Amino acid sequence: MSSRQEILTRIAGALRDVPEDEGAEAAPADRRSPVVRHPPDPVALFAERAAEYRAAVTRTTESEASAAIGAALAARSPARLVVPHGFPEAWLPARRTWQRLEDDPPLRPAQLDAADGALTTCALAVAETGTLVLDAGPGQGRRALTLLPDFHLCVLRSAQIAPDVPTALRGLDPCCPLTFVSGPSATSDIELERVEGVHGPRVLHIVIVEPDSRGADTHP
Amino acid sequence: MTRTAKNEPPGVVWLGTPHFPVAARTAVGDPQLRENLRRATTTIRSRRLAAVGELDDWEDLRTAGAAVKRAALRHLDTHLLRLEESVERAGGTVHWAADAAEANRIVTELVRATGEREVVKVKSMATQEIGLNEALSAAGITAYETDLAELIVQLADDRPSHILVPAIHKNRTEIRELFTTTMGQWGRPAPENLTADPAALAEAARLHLRERFLRARVAVSGANFACADTGTVVVVESEGNGRMCLTLPETLITVMGIEKVLPTFADLDVFLQLLPRSATGERMNPYTSMWTGTHDGDGPRDFHLVLLDNGRTATLRDTVGRQALACIRCSACLNVCPVYERTGGHAYGSPYPGPIGAVLTPQLAGIEHAPSLPFASTLCGACYDACPVKIDIPEVLLHLRARAVESKRGPLPSPEALVMKAAATTLASPRALAWAQRAAALGGRVLARRGVLRRLPGPLARWSASRDTAAPPRETFRAWWRRTHRRPGQ
Repeated sequence: MSSRQEILTRIAGALRDVPEDEGAEAAPADRRSPVVRHPPDPVALFAERAAEYRAAVTRTTESEASAAIGAALAARSPARLVVPHGFPEAWLPARRTWQRLEDDPPLRPAQLDAADGALTTCALAVAETGTLVLDAGPGQGRRALTLLPDFHLCVLRSAQIAPDVPTALRGLDPCCPLTFVSGPSATSDIELERVEGVHGPRVLHIVIVEPDSRGADTHP
Repeated sequence: MTRTAKNEPPGVVWLGTPHFPVAARTAVGDPQLRENLRRATTTIRSRRLAAVGELDDWEDLRTAGAAVKRAALRHLDTHLLRLEESVERAGGTVHWAADAAEANRIVTELVRATGEREVVKVKSMATQEIGLNEALSAAGITAYETDLAELIVQLADDRPSHILVPAIHKNRTEIRELFTTTMGQWGRPAPENLTADPAALAEAARLHLRERFLRARVAVSGANFACADTGTVVVVESEGNGRMCLTLPETLITVMGIEKVLPTFADLDVFLQLLPRSATGERMNPYTSMWTGTHDGDGPRDFHLVLLDNGRTATLRDTVGRQALACIRCSACLNVCPVYERTGGHAYGSPYPGPIGAVLTPQLAGIEHAPSLPFASTLCGACYDACPVKIDIPEVLLHLRARAVESKRGPLPSPEALVMKAAATTLASPRALAWAQRAAALGGRVLARRGVLRRLPGPLARWSASRDTAAPPRETFRAWWRRTHRRPGQ
């Protein structure tokens, strides 16, 4: 008998007390969906919670976005910056003092390790936990791009911010590789004292882009 | 049902380690260890309370988490078959391992097939349990732990003492010393003039492991969850070493206990809230990775999922004990346990220490291999209150105590059984009880000092070896009643 068959037989033997007509698909009675929270200002909540993990957070508007991104980059003055395919051109700073790496053809790990940072978008964000979620979509690229460089600048629109974890999960497609990022990498392994910055990027900067006010919309 | 002793998997209990009472005595006598543990558990307890107190539906989340896990276990075979189908549809390969030896054999063969002699590892309880590093080493393959605490344990040739923070028993000074003396033997040495500042120690680990990540071709991980409907596997971590291992190598081998399966991807809505807040006391841990089979042009080209039984189906057979399989390895029960805080994790003699270890280890390994563990508890119930999936650990402990006594029952009655029998006879007869009480009062007067008996006579000395006994009163209640309530005419 194969181990697969052996294990399945053992399970069937162990579960003799389970009535035959009890369906595997039916959700248990106590399984209620978690409460969906409605924070009065999800954008402010996200900004506050992400900052609590010691991520830098900038709030800006659509028309100011490229200047805000430029300022965030200027603080790091990167020489080589990974900007994956699909990153909105309108958000790229007008004056570029850095070389753009597009990961096409794919960069080797050593090349990525030598890059000074990555500038990406994300799939969505979670206000309650201050979390960004990457799904390798346009403007994000494959997972290694936001992992090996020591600096990650992530730009999102305020409309991408979900109030809580359950709402965020409903907006994600598990067919894509998903990475939930809550602040820079950290450890509490030594005396449970939190230290930011271990293997992942040690600096995380988030730029939240909000729509221009009504007036600005009509007079761009 | 108990299982036979001969074919037990060796990994769940560390062979050659003393029983809990002996090991605990040594640990309690180590003031440095007690100080390290007290500091660490106090810190994490208050952090967890703050994170949990923030959610007004925390109790509903616990109830939902418990319900999902218990229901999933009741149809474990259905969900595993579905998981297998989903993972293979997404480009992964599924293997089934009945015990530790088979899991180790499967992983070793998979690594050999790549031609590599090194693997990088994400922290994983399942691979600790099966002793994978030792098995790989015997096959000439070096496994490099990449989680900071696991790295500390590996460099020190030590054992983990906590589910989440395996090096909780070591303080910063000890770790600095360890890095300075041993890192060079494994790879890049620690920076000169390394200080004991946790940030400096984390930086030393970053530098030490960076090259290893860049050249790694094979990684081994565990799994926090796997969703049957989509085939998505989830790893929850903090440092980014997990992301490195899950993303950079060409081959990824994940070893997962069969009880980790969740029916649906949507069930993560409960567990991604319960786990981080219960484990590190954070709203969300820094990094959570989810992958579904293989992804073109992103991450490993080969993904193998090894489904591990190793005593889980035997645990499932016990309708009381099976609830321990709902455990999501958050370690909240360790941090609130008064026994764990004083003895540390090594005394439990297993990768699973603390209250959950006391109910899991005897079931996975067989009660005869860890008969003292169900007694390593005061039954105070703090673990039950902290458990995010509502495992009634005290209930399982009591149940296993009964099983431990049953399993020891031989042809001759034990001294404990004889005492219990004598007690039953005495308590059944008023006359015998009165006689026993008079004798005890008399004996107590002879032996007691300031109302306390330090050492009991004869076979009772074992009871009094670790506790004082109040001296019996000079007059029993019944004697007092007779003396003061004598009805007239009597």
